[in-house]
Amino acid sequence: MPEKNIAPDLSVLFAGKIHCPNPFWLASAPPTNCADQVMRAFDAGWGGAVWKTLGDPIVNVSSRYSSVDWNGQRMIGLNNIELITDRPLATNLREIAEVKKRYPKHALIASLMVESNRQAWHKIVQQSEDAGADGLELNFGCPHGMSERGMGSAVGQVPEYTEMITSWAKEKARTPVLVKLTPNITDIRAVARAAKRGGADGLSAINTINSITGIDLDTLTPRPNVDGKSSHGGYCGPAVKPIALNMVQQVQSDPAATLPLSGIGGISDWRDAVEFLLLGCSTVQVCTAVMHYGYRIIEEMKDGLANWMAEKGFASIAEFEGKSLPRVQEWKHLNLNYKIVARIREEKCIGCQLCYTACWDGAHQCIHLDRVGNLAGAATAGSGHYNGTHATPAMREAQSREVIAVTPIPKLDRGARANGNEPYPAPLARVPRVDESECVGCNLCYLVCPVPDCITMEQVDLGLPPESWEQRTSSPPNPPTSGRNRD
Amino acid sequence: MQDHALSRPDLLARFPEIHPPLDYQSAVTEANRCLYCFDAPCAAACPTHIDVPRFIKKIAQGNLRGSALTILDANVLGASCSRVCPVDVLCEGACVYHRYNRQPIEIGRLQRYAMDAFLGSGAALPIKSAVTKTGKVACIGAGPASLACAAELRQQGFRVTVFEQKSLPGGLNTYGVAEYKLRSADSLREIEMIHALGVEFCFGEEINAAKLIKLEKEFDAIFLGIGLGAMHKLGIANEDHPAVVNALEFIARYKTGDNPNVGRTAVVIGAGNTAIDAARAARRLGAQSVKILYRRDQQHMAAFAFEYDQAREEGVEFRWWTQPVALHLCPDRSAIESVECVMVETSSDGTLNRAPGSEFRIACDILIPAIGQSPLLAFLEYLRGVKVEHGRVQIDRTTGQTSNPRYFAGGDCVNGGREVVDAVADGKRSSVAIMRNLEAAHA
Repeated sequence: MPEKNIAPDLSVLFAGKIHCPNPFWLASAPPTNCADQVMRAFDAGWGGAVWKTLGDPIVNVSSRYSSVDWNGQRMIGLNNIELITDRPLATNLREIAEVKKRYPKHALIASLMVESNRQAWHKIVQQSEDAGADGLELNFGCPHGMSERGMGSAVGQVPEYTEMITSWAKEKARTPVLVKLTPNITDIRAVARAAKRGGADGLSAINTINSITGIDLDTLTPRPNVDGKSSHGGYCGPAVKPIALNMVQQVQSDPAATLPLSGIGGISDWRDAVEFLLLGCSTVQVCTAVMHYGYRIIEEMKDGLANWMAEKGFASIAEFEGKSLPRVQEWKHLNLNYKIVARIREEKCIGCQLCYTACWDGAHQCIHLDRVGNLAGAATAGSGHYNGTHATPAMREAQSREVIAVTPIPKLDRGARANGNEPYPAPLARVPRVDESECVGCNLCYLVCPVPDCITMEQVDLGLPPESWEQRTSSPPNPPTSGRNRD
Repeated sequence: MQDHALSRPDLLARFPEIHPPLDYQSAVTEANRCLYCFDAPCAAACPTHIDVPRFIKKIAQGNLRGSALTILDANVLGASCSRVCPVDVLCEGACVYHRYNRQPIEIGRLQRYAMDAFLGSGAALPIKSAVTKTGKVACIGAGPASLACAAELRQQGFRVTVFEQKSLPGGLNTYGVAEYKLRSADSLREIEMIHALGVEFCFGEEINAAKLIKLEKEFDAIFLGIGLGAMHKLGIANEDHPAVVNALEFIARYKTGDNPNVGRTAVVIGAGNTAIDAARAARRLGAQSVKILYRRDQQHMAAFAFEYDQAREEGVEFRWWTQPVALHLCPDRSAIESVECVMVETSSDGTLNRAPGSEFRIACDILIPAIGQSPLLAFLEYLRGVKVEHGRVQIDRTTGQTSNPRYFAGGDCVNGGREVVDAVADGKRSSVAIMRNLEAAHA
């Protein structure tokens, strides 16, 4: 284990050939549109950049983006209908050459998308490499606009096309060829395997997800609005991270698909990046977070990663790359004899009762408000869906509404002060109780509780050896035990 | 006096709102902070049990109309309550965030945000019954208790008439709340919605014994929302001098454009919330020195702690253990010269005694007594069969019904002087009981 005061090495050698000072690349997108942007990004500290996709120039529309905001937080998801570069190919190639010359140690990848024609692919591969690109990323993922013209995800959704075009690129390429995968497909592994068969040296995943982010309820026009109409776009940003992580895991757990992988999808901070690396990525690509906050976020990403590595004793990225992959298993291999239950820390509870309503309506009705008084005992036959044992949420609310509350006025209420003898911050009557015999250990209460460490999930030892569903259903029935039969 | 009368814009400038309205972004951000507690303590603490998390969630979701209707369903004076409620000891005081080292949700300001949007849109109060029902109800007094009772009964299809001796409705909401908390115009705008429901108002109606008998013949039920009577007198010499203005009169006068001359030094007697309202108003009307004299100390004062803090910030001086004993006038009796005071001590049995030889004088231009209101004892005498104890009408708390089954009561005449929201809750409870009785009688 290295000394904690030695800075961990963040550099990466991707696919055996592409060097970069750190695993953070800018994804092929608006932040990598031109040389000025990419050079400013490298100055800020980014380890690599995938150039905005090269191809035959296109014309874009305005507007181009729309977002999903949630509870006051802007842009938890971003959607775009922008196409590939709208600049002349010669300009892009000249700028790539210039950037590569001035930043020889950074990874500069050319993203490519041309018509499905062998000569066209040979030509663009040659041009990109002549300009000095360290690698090529075949854009088989763009889900909007270009796919209508037989490119982008129109290729990436058909394994045969993917394999064929990958092999065309490989015929010409001297640098590593990465295939960028689309998530808009039932099983991403089918296309990943095809790319591998076609000779790809690496993969990037995921591209954006088909989406309509929302509709303006005054004009009834979906967003983004282009003169009263809209079109589905590609969804990205923090909202897509869980989907991307799952797809990354699927690809990297499949021997027929796995390749050096550049992880993409909602990466906003160093923790997101570590998660992708732990599931087998060698580098990560970022776009939305930069579009939201600018290139400057790289400082915190590198710093957070380095500090985490130092704390955990990892000297290099390779030491933890893929370390979580063995911990993702099929459900049938999970231990059925592992049991946890929820515990509420009374001294932390603020009495919001979100766990109570969540458990009653969204889980298994095992959290109760019976520490003070016995409302259930007072229940009458007419009180709704009374289950006979515990007071229902409706009974609770009705009881509160019947209470006559008045404004406390010192002059009028002298001596009627609330007693200060409560043992916990919240009145005991508001602190819920978990019935551990009923708790199934689903985590829901723990997830909804707003107070850190107030609800914890505690392991209960059932005294049984681990046993998975597969084991339980494949092993012969247990012979009857004498102990049970005696009863 | 006329020289000192302020024009309305000047009044607005001197009495800027203590809780200014939220803008859209801050309202949504604040609304999203709400945890949406189950069986929320804020709603339980509210005398009218407004479903606070529900109306806040609706603000967060851009459903301002739904939010306002949620508020109005529980409290028809939701707009004025959002401004005048002592939220620190009610909903916001109960917010679970207090136990989490965080600021409570600004429930009062969010409620105001929803109500302002509703009033601004010109929307009407909803009708709860399409048919006019048999039964007529009289509400005596046009303060918050009667208004709440009248509005609910009218929404339910009953015919209601409100009798008020003043020329404007609203009671203390219109005449007695500090202008920086609730403007009279806002009180009246809210009541206009109740008027628009079809509630009839008779102004300038002083009810006497003969009138009561007439009302009993004409109406099936009578709700007493009469509030309290005149403010207590100090019982000292020269108290009838024009420069002695009791706190409620003082507040009513400046709110209606007849500004009292506060001179250089104003002295307020008493340490309740009304005393503080008057003292702060005196500061804003130009008094350089405002002193509150109280015969006990801070622990015993009736004012809420936040009112006291705000008064201190505004430069009001508090003199504890001080009691006025005489008022000295200028030789020509045209103005007050000083108020003579003594220091007060508590004896071991808790009684208050004047400290011998402790007399001193405080220069004073206006004296504002604020030592509470007396009950309307003379009127209460007219009520046949209605039990009154210690000047308070006795009711069944869940129904508001008095010992005379046709009479119901609520608000200050019952509780001795609490808040607007308490009066609204009383009025609403009575309306439900009256409705039940009328429906049973005419079924």
